[in-house]
Amino acid sequence: MNGLNKEQALRHLRQMLLIRRFEEKSAELYSAMKIRGFLHLYIGEEAVAVGVMAALTPEDAVVATYREHGQALARGMSAASIMAEMYGKVEGCCRGRGGSMHLFDATTRFYGGNAIVGGGLPLAVGLALADHMQGRQRVTSCFFGDGAVAEGDFHESMNLAALWKLPVLFICENNLYAMGTALRYTEANQDIAAKAAGYGMAAAAVDGMDVQAVEAAARAAVAHIQAGNGPYLLECRTYRFRPHSMFDTELYRTKEEVEQWKQRDPIELLAGRLREAGLFTEAERVALEREVAAEVEASVAFAEAGTWEAVEDLTRFVTTERRA
Amino acid sequence: MSATQTTTYREAVKQAIREAMHRDSRVFLMGEDVGHYGGCYAVSKGLLAEFGPERIRDTPLCESGFVGAGIGAALGGMRPIVEVMTVNFSLLALDQIVNTAASLLHMSGGQFNVPLVIRMATGAGKQLAAQHAHSFEGWYAHIPGLRVLAPATLEDARGMLWTALEDPDPVLIFENNTLYNMEGMLAEDAGPVDIDTARVRRPGRDLTLITYSASLFKCLDAAKILAEEGIEAEVIDLRTLRPLDDATYLASIARTHRVLIVDEGWRSGSLSAEISARIMEQAFYDLDLPVERLCSAEVPMPYAKHMEEAALPQVDKIVATVRRMMHHG
Repeated sequence: MNGLNKEQALRHLRQMLLIRRFEEKSAELYSAMKIRGFLHLYIGEEAVAVGVMAALTPEDAVVATYREHGQALARGMSAASIMAEMYGKVEGCCRGRGGSMHLFDATTRFYGGNAIVGGGLPLAVGLALADHMQGRQRVTSCFFGDGAVAEGDFHESMNLAALWKLPVLFICENNLYAMGTALRYTEANQDIAAKAAGYGMAAAAVDGMDVQAVEAAARAAVAHIQAGNGPYLLECRTYRFRPHSMFDTELYRTKEEVEQWKQRDPIELLAGRLREAGLFTEAERVALEREVAAEVEASVAFAEAGTWEAVEDLTRFVTTERRA
Repeated sequence: MSATQTTTYREAVKQAIREAMHRDSRVFLMGEDVGHYGGCYAVSKGLLAEFGPERIRDTPLCESGFVGAGIGAALGGMRPIVEVMTVNFSLLALDQIVNTAASLLHMSGGQFNVPLVIRMATGAGKQLAAQHAHSFEGWYAHIPGLRVLAPATLEDARGMLWTALEDPDPVLIFENNTLYNMEGMLAEDAGPVDIDTARVRRPGRDLTLITYSASLFKCLDAAKILAEEGIEAEVIDLRTLRPLDDATYLASIARTHRVLIVDEGWRSGSLSAEISARIMEQAFYDLDLPVERLCSAEVPMPYAKHMEEAALPQVDKIVATVRRMMHHG
């Protein structure tokens, strides 16, 4: 790719690597029973979150799914607060009330962590509606999988956002499987980006394994939205290298298929590109890996050292605590 | 004493919406047919001309979508009033109401509260049959994180909305569709009322009738008939179905020692069942005889007038049940 900006590319590489190593450690800790509940790994799809986040500003909002460690890290939430959350510690981003599937963070405007497939889309429409009604120039980004496209909420939200010309960036992370059911068994028309036309909405499909392509597409989408043209659907064609969750025996796809996609690993794709351009040495790779490993280790240490919320606090946060 | 004027329940709700819109620029009304049509029950008639289409916002028919958008708008700093045309349609938005609105504050460890008000018409009595006329407020009262209101009087129709809009958490307001035409006197300066407590609507020494919404007036009519026979029934209007104000009805039972719960919901797993259990837990030794309940027959609401009437708690059934209970000694 022309115009490779070393600093920017290295930032992307570092973020993708952090997500990868953080999740590899999470899987390990799941097996060690330090993390429980459902754990959905993003490994293989890192370029989508990292590429899109690069196109957003801190004032923008993010709505994500239950497979959201990548978005949370790329958005700038600390690995420590996420790891502590998955440990169920009170130092976690949601005090251990949410877990892996429900990461939230007010300071980075990260609105979850939504584990009802499609459920986050109306929320994103509403956040954008509030911006529209208050005359704020912000974008609400909304991540969802190909499975969500079959839900009524997808269609209702696409219609509402287009009808009211709201500043929503819909990002479909099409990893080809709704849990374990291939898109071809669930969608009459498997061209997801094409569905936007039914709502008069602009759309594009992009190679979701190429972080630079994702960033460029997301920047174009954001520019379209900021110009007052209404919402945008960006389909990122990607692949999940790991099982759906920790309880998935992967009967629905072949090892060959997975291996084939791994040839297009988003991290190696970018690292290779940098190496070929002479911008990334083996020593730099080693240093980067070391730096990321240290951050992951620090997050584990933070979670290990964390404390359990007092059981007396069990029924807090059901309703807002009013100041006396 | 302030001046009063004749008004209707419908007009009282409209005035409450109008006042809230004037009071706070973050407030807006959103729902099916609220704008150009004027509201399915004509509650918002005229408001589009007054406030414009941004704030009196017609939505497509997508309950999950626009209720969810209301949640998002509340998170984004607005104070939305979302109108769901009728309680049965709210089931299409149940996911958003329960899994998101009611859960977000907790899931986020206290970071994101949802200051959203959802209004909907509820209840039977207009021959609207099995998909427009149920009473699901008891279901919603099951959900932690929600506040559930059932205004029966003009004062409450006028006054609960503003207090609900000031609540930092989601509030559901159930307006019984048979009440919209109810006429009465209301203070010209009527304003906000509390959304925490039950009220004794008629004092009485012999027996406590616990009810809410449209059944309040059936209970008051029954109490009038019973009074002619020398039976003084105390009538409690719950007003807020979640959280329940136990103290008010328990204090009444401590005086009367007899209680009949009148609830338009189905009996099994109902609000009346919950209240009955609480009385058992907290006032068992105050009771002279078992708690009784009058609920809707366990049948999807029938269309035919005589069948619909038979399915619902009615004045004659309340009177007969109270007489029988009083003869127990």
